[in-house]
Amino acid sequence: MSFAEQFQHPLGRLSLESLPFWQMLNDPTRGNVINGVIGTAAALMVVIGTLVTIAMITKYRKWSVLWSQWLTSPDHKKIGIMYVVLALVMLIRALMEALLMRAQQAFGLEGGFLSPDHFAQLFSTHGTIMIFFVAMPFLTGIINYVMPLQIGARDVSFPVLNSISFWLTAAGAALVMISLCIGKFSTGGWFGYPPYTEASFSPGVGPDYWIWALTLASLASTFSGINFAVTIYKKRAPGMKLMVMPLFTWTALCTSIIMIFAMPPLTVAMAQLALDRYLGFHFFTNELGGNMMNFANLFWLFGHPEVYILVLPSFGVYSELISTFSGKSLFGYRSMVIATMAIVALSFAVWMHHFFTMGQSANINAVFGIASMLIGIPTGVKIYDWMWTIFRGRVRFTVPMIYSIGFIYLFVLGGITGILLASPTIDYQVHNTVFLVAHFHNVAIPGALFGLLAGYHFWFPKAFGFRLNERMGKVSAFCWIFGFMLAFFPLYALGLMGLPRRSVAYTEPSYVPLEIAAFLGAILLTVALVTLVVQLWVSIKQRDKNRVFAGDPWDGRSLEWSVSAPPPEYNFAVIPVVTGRDAFTLAKEGGKAYPLPESYTDIEMPKNSVMGPVLGAIGFALAFGLVWHILWMVILFFVAAVVTMIVYGFARDTTRIVPAQQVQQEHRRWLDAVAAATGISRADEYQSANQGLAEMTIHEVPA
Amino acid sequence: MIDQFRDDEETASRKLEERKDFYSYVWGFSLALAMTLVPFAVVHWGAMRGLSLLIFIGAIALVQMAVHFRFFLHIGWRQKREDLLLLLFSTLLMVIMGAGTIWIMASLAMRMSLPASP
Repeated sequence: MSFAEQFQHPLGRLSLESLPFWQMLNDPTRGNVINGVIGTAAALMVVIGTLVTIAMITKYRKWSVLWSQWLTSPDHKKIGIMYVVLALVMLIRALMEALLMRAQQAFGLEGGFLSPDHFAQLFSTHGTIMIFFVAMPFLTGIINYVMPLQIGARDVSFPVLNSISFWLTAAGAALVMISLCIGKFSTGGWFGYPPYTEASFSPGVGPDYWIWALTLASLASTFSGINFAVTIYKKRAPGMKLMVMPLFTWTALCTSIIMIFAMPPLTVAMAQLALDRYLGFHFFTNELGGNMMNFANLFWLFGHPEVYILVLPSFGVYSELISTFSGKSLFGYRSMVIATMAIVALSFAVWMHHFFTMGQSANINAVFGIASMLIGIPTGVKIYDWMWTIFRGRVRFTVPMIYSIGFIYLFVLGGITGILLASPTIDYQVHNTVFLVAHFHNVAIPGALFGLLAGYHFWFPKAFGFRLNERMGKVSAFCWIFGFMLAFFPLYALGLMGLPRRSVAYTEPSYVPLEIAAFLGAILLTVALVTLVVQLWVSIKQRDKNRVFAGDPWDGRSLEWSVSAPPPEYNFAVIPVVTGRDAFTLAKEGGKAYPLPESYTDIEMPKNSVMGPVLGAIGFALAFGLVWHILWMVILFFVAAVVTMIVYGFARDTTRIVPAQQVQQEHRRWLDAVAAATGISRADEYQSANQGLAEMTIHEVPA
Repeated sequence: MIDQFRDDEETASRKLEERKDFYSYVWGFSLALAMTLVPFAVVHWGAMRGLSLLIFIGAIALVQMAVHFRFFLHIGWRQKREDLLLLLFSTLLMVIMGAGTIWIMASLAMRMSLPASP
């Protein structure tokens, strides 16, 4: 827009037509009314949800607590929890969209009830949200919470940057949410290939929402990756050598390295597409020398490593909890570490299998096909290591263990279909069908989501000091597992029968029974999510019966279990000295699990900082201005962002001291509670008797 | 008395350290700026063209990288093994990404008669 136009339209492209019910009111055909009602209902849910939240906080006068204890906190534990909360909120929306899409396809013979445009928005937001605003925040949150505790650190290396990362992610999520109320989201899928997403084919604001939401999220993830990698390299406790680190920390390190290298191609591709759309560049356009295939290349340079960002932390979680709940140290630790590193290296060498059919020579396809199949080897090593860990262990079938066993079976199936798709000849037959959709859900849901949910159950008592309700957890886990199977196994068959992915409707009656089965699966998955929410509610109600203040409810093996639950803000009253793998188990076996230190020292902790919320708000406003072409808003908030960062550069008074007196008091109080608690055997883990102290029994494991 | 003397000495050495740091960053910044402006100037005023221009810009980019390593990432000759591993791994990934992209896009351009990637 020129400057003259900007003066005439100070709100840019924003107008009444941007409201979700405008089309329905002005042109009330049957289709418009159905789509308008659904869109408006979704928008209302966002608005009402926000208003109710604000009202509740105001009613219970929690604003100042929220602001000083959570929103501005540089504490990695609180940031981690906020990440997980964000992920769960976004999961609710994205799962509802999935349900709506399955419903549309179940009734999609000759039409269905959604317009193609609305359906396209649904699959675009579903994919974007699930990857960038569910899986990424969930895993970043769990790494944030657990990793510093596991390596014996007091916080991450850059606590304020950590807060900024969270707030930029939240700003991106808010941008996707507000697209429900104002304007429309992209219809170009989660990877938004040009030239379709170029201004000439998608002139609306949809792709702009997508571009800026992803830009905010990708910047945040790059920062998180740097932060975690530096933390693991520089802040380990004495004796915590690399080959002594718990496996979850190893996967966190590998994930961070992938984040550092894989996020920049995405940021660059988004910037190039934005230049095309805003300033008439021709990176990916049809005409004037543009090459849209380079977008696919750049996007998947990010996109494939991204898959391993999603799955590696879950591999780490599975390693921890299979070892813990089998009562054995992890089988093949060294091979696990090498396999993880091999996956990191290979993950950067296979991106082209996402566009085998683009038209490059068969030799290139062969090379990337073989490279893709090679990833099956380190992954297979891991599967066998987990199975050997369970073998002859004293296995407890807890909720996380149910997820793990479901994962092992289902992930192997997903892996096999992956090997099939890695063959270019097969890929030519099934690419762009729902076979592919079934495959990547088959690796993403058991591989990433189950692991994160298992981790949520595993570490919840550590974070909040009480255990989650066991029975509801089991119901939820089985609903997730069987719901997944019912929802996605039919898609394999449908894919082989030729149903293209993203079909809003079809004309082939033989699809209907399988589509209905998949719809029932989606309903079961919704039940799983509802159960999860109810479980949280019930657990909070019963929290006094399930306290585990002593901090070790599962007979844990790594350092995070060696502190109280919830841990003090400085994590460790005295930084532990590590002598070997499974540090806490070693200490327990040596009878030195709860040492009484001779003296305490002052602890320096980072001060609260408003930088996170401020930069998040600025980022959101800047992106919103860019989406709607509101020039003054863009300039104002760009300048604000630069000035804020420069001003913060002069901040010198950024730490505060926790006096030794206070540390001593808190630590002694906890040690007294440990001394008062009775150790319980593993059989009583889920009784109220579990106060977080494990009975010390050494089982001889036959070789 | 002795304590105070030691404190003064410490402040003095810290000040010296800070000055050294400051000048090191100024050096890095000016070198980095020069390595950015020179290629633009060469292109703008057409001082070179063709292959020699590309080689020149490539060489400047390598120098730029060295400047960043030396002044901003503080990587010198005597460093730890961790740094070397990270550098080698980064180089490996860069080579895979860069060479792979060129290979794929050139093959595509040849077979589809598209212009090579911009």
